[in-house]
Order: sequence, then structure tokens, then C-alpha cells
Amino acid sequence: MAVREMNWLPQISPRFVRILQRNSQVLRRTWKVNFLPPVLEPVLYLLAFGAGLGLLVREISYQGEPVSYVAYIAPALIAINIMYNAFFENTFASYVRMYYQKTYDAIMATPLNLDEIITGEIVWGAVKSLIATILMMAVISFFKLLVYPQAILIVPLALLGGLAFGSVAMCFTALVPQIEVFNFPIFLFITPMFLFSGTFFPLATLPNWAQVLAQVLPLTHLVALVRALAMGKLEGQLLLSLLYLVLFSAVTFILAILLMRRRLIN
Amino acid sequence: MSEDIIFAKDLCKTFNGLKAVDGISLRMSRGECFGILGPNGAGKTTTVRMIYGFSPVSSGTLKVFGMDIQKHARLIKAKSGVCQQENNLDPDLTVFQNLVTFASYFDIPRATARQRASELLRFMRLEHKEHAKILELSGGMQRRLVIARTLINKPELLILDEPTTGLDPQSRHQVWGRLTELKDQGLGILLTTHYMEEAAHLCDRLVIMDHGRILVEGGPLDLIHQNVGANVIEVESPSESLLNFVKESDLDHEELSHRLLIYTRDGETLFGKVSEGFCDRGCSLRMATLEDVFLKLTGRELRD
Repeated sequence: MAVREMNWLPQISPRFVRILQRNSQVLRRTWKVNFLPPVLEPVLYLLAFGAGLGLLVREISYQGEPVSYVAYIAPALIAINIMYNAFFENTFASYVRMYYQKTYDAIMATPLNLDEIITGEIVWGAVKSLIATILMMAVISFFKLLVYPQAILIVPLALLGGLAFGSVAMCFTALVPQIEVFNFPIFLFITPMFLFSGTFFPLATLPNWAQVLAQVLPLTHLVALVRALAMGKLEGQLLLSLLYLVLFSAVTFILAILLMRRRLIN
Repeated sequence: MSEDIIFAKDLCKTFNGLKAVDGISLRMSRGECFGILGPNGAGKTTTVRMIYGFSPVSSGTLKVFGMDIQKHARLIKAKSGVCQQENNLDPDLTVFQNLVTFASYFDIPRATARQRASELLRFMRLEHKEHAKILELSGGMQRRLVIARTLINKPELLILDEPTTGLDPQSRHQVWGRLTELKDQGLGILLTTHYMEEAAHLCDRLVIMDHGRILVEGGPLDLIHQNVGANVIEVESPSESLLNFVKESDLDHEELSHRLLIYTRDGETLFGKVSEGFCDRGCSLRMATLEDVFLKLTGRELRD
């Protein structure tokens, strides 16, 4: 009976790796289309903001020291890219596999269970964030905007960020009645984060209430971490951001599995 | 008991207070082809979904390979092959990749999987489509590929939920041919269908379900003999005198609009009487079929 009571806990074996293998097999055919954005986007942003806006805002204060505007936003672009890759993978792409292709249904008739399928999908979203991050870092390194070796730590961080945004995306996927409804989490959650998480201007310029609100958003913490690593300026307070991302990932991951069970097992 | 590949007792499934499966009991032994027939919404699919561990059991006992499905779903699924009603081949992958990738979910080593995939494509007459994309295949080919996929783990039990729905007669017969071969090799097959011909063709035993309950159980021929007799006399626009005759003689019959069906064990004699005495046209004698049993038991009103 004790087993029954603990039933809500995700039941996961290493079999979830099979989902990663399946998805990576598909990606091998479409990788060029998939990873063009992370290579091109930073170049466009850096040109627009560096050559355009950068002329107006030449320097910005970071941890009490002036840095160039381009150096300020480059890490934010990496963080946004981490968010986008996992979020879009585990919303639109996962939804298509679940709802239109019935891929989950087919796999559920094999020794894999639903918890493992969802875990595989979320980890896959994080892996996409990771690959996109490596590609993007390679491009940004050309502009000498990353301080090594500290910046290397952005790579594992991308995996954690991917888990956070992939898990929350999977919650939405379990909830939306149809694919168009993803517009709501995008307008109400993703776009505000894109703008107000200390991405393009420091949080300190916001009114107090908005600063407090921003602390709830996972992207705020991811941006803070990536920026500190990119500039090689680590400080103790960042551990709180790291802790927040870990907790956010854990809670949304379990929630995603519970919501998916509610949607698909009946 | 250990011989039962499927054992269900008082099995129930409730959705939001609605009983989709209402206390059914059935047994299927190894090497048998067992059919579940019923109109739409009878509870066929819900029953097989419980059997392949997709849908939790609301109450009752359900054992597959002698194991409780609630506790040993993973082991049971490893030994079963399931063809679901909806086509769920992986459109992101080619025909060959579909089989090999599916094999990976069963932890089948890659070399074995590739060899097995080639064999199954040949068995299902799909070897020429090895590198095709799923959407390039016809409906019949897709169905054959799904069946090939269900065999990738060398299952001891094949569960087919309406395997030929929507196929043209050629494809359907092709599928039946393959399934008969598998049956002859000793594979246990659980089949749901609403094609009576399919059930009569493939099943050793079957049940007819309606409203979540089992109405009858038995071999196809036995069911026909027990429920409608050997022959059916069909009369178009029966005359008043024929109707009176049928009622007076207490014959087993059904009155439809503009059509009368008389079920009988002694077709020739009765047909002589009916056709000479009461019919000038539209009177015929035929063998009774499973479809007669089905319609007699589940009624003729539409189910959607």
C-alpha cells in the first residue's frame, strides 16, 4: 500500500534515453534548419544593438563597473536562446508529437511508461538548448564578448536552464486544448520575460514592485548567471539564483508529469 | 489457469461515473485467436486498452500472462504487440527507421533490430518501401507496417484494435492472409472488429459486446447456430398473409421496414412453403452469418 501512496512520484528508469535517441535521429535530418537561428540571431542582434542602439547607449553599469552595451546584452541573448530552444521544443514540437502524430500513444504500448516519455522529451529540450548555446557561444566568442575559462560554465548552465523552461513548457503542453492556445503563455510569460528580466536594461531602472516581480521570473536568474559567467565576475549571491533555477525545474518537472498523466492516462 | 494468456473477471471501467465496461469476464488461451465484436461505443476499445496497460482498471481482476496488469505492466508490454486503432506510425522517420526505432524501445540490440526489420518488411510485402516516408504510403501499406511494427519484439500476444478499418478489400485480404499465417505459427491474437466477415474468418472464439457487457460468447459457427439457426429467408415487402403465417407458426423472425427476416434451422422446406405460398417476388434463402447474430443481438438502430 505504501507504494500506492507514493504513486504521484515520477517513475523513471534510464529507458527515457530512448526518447532522446529517437528525437536526435530526427534532428540529424533537419539540423541545418534547426540550428541556423542560434548562429544568425546573435549576429543580427549584436549588429542592431551594437551598431544601432549601441551608439546611443555606449556604456552601462554592471556590478559598479562600466561595460559596453554589446557586452551587456550578449549574455542575455544566450540566456534567451536557452529559454527559446527548450520552450518551443516542449510546446509546439512536443504537442505535435503528442496530439497529431500520436507518438506518445505508440510508445506507451512498449516497455516505456509515460513518465519516461515526458522525461525524455524535457531532457531533449534541454539538450537542444545546450547545442544551441554552444553554437551561439562560438559566434559570440568571435566578438570577444566572453571571458574564458569562466564562460565554459555557461554550457552546463544551459542544460539546467533548458530543464527549467522545458518543464514549464511541458506543463502548458499538458494543459492547452489546442495548439493555437500556446499564444497565451507566449504573450503572458515568455515575451514579458524576454523584455523585463534584466535582459536589455538593468533591473534597477524598474520601479520597486516590478523589480520584486522580476525576481519570480526564471529568466531573471538565468540572465544573472550567464552574465556573471560571461564576464567572469562570480559572486556569492548568484548561488541563490542557481538554487532558484534548480527548485523551479524540480517543481515544474514533477508538475509536468502529473499534468501529462491527467491528460493522457484515462 | 496458467494456460490463460488473458484472464479477466468482473472487469469494469468507469469514466466520470459512466460505465464503459461493466463487469465482463473472459479468458483467452495461448495460440488462440479471440475476437471482441460490438457496435461503436460497446466498450471494445476500452477493454483492450485495459489489457495492454494503457488504461487503468477501475475494478475487477485482469491478468495477462498470469500477471496483474496494474503491477507488471512493463513485463506484460515487453511480451505483447499492440496495434492501436489510430494510425500512429512515426511520420518523422522512414519505414525502416520506424521499425528499428520501435525496436529500441524494447531494448533490442541494433543489429538484431535491423535484421528483424528487414524480415518483417519482407513478410508484410513492404521491402520495396524500406526508405519511403510514412506519408508516401497508402492506407493499406501503413496498416501493414503497423502490424510489422507490433511483431518487432517477437510478441507472445498480438492485440489488434480494428486492424482493417478503412482498408480496401485487397488490403484487407492481404492483412487477413498475414494474420492467418501468424495464427498458424501459434501466436495468440486478440482482435476487435466490427467486420463480421473478419471475425468469422480469423477468430476461434469471440464475444459480442454491447453497452459494456458481454452478450454472447462462443465459436463463430456455434454462435450462428445457437442464435439464428442455419438459414435466413429474406422477403422484400412481405404480404399481410405471410406475416400472419409467420406469427401463427411461431417462427423466429424480425420485421424491418419493407423487409422480413425468418431465421430457421430447416431452410429448404420452409423456403419452399414461403416462396410458393406467399411470395411472387423478392424472396431468397441464404446461409445465416455472424452479421445476423450481431444485428439480432445488438439491434439495428444507429450508434452515433
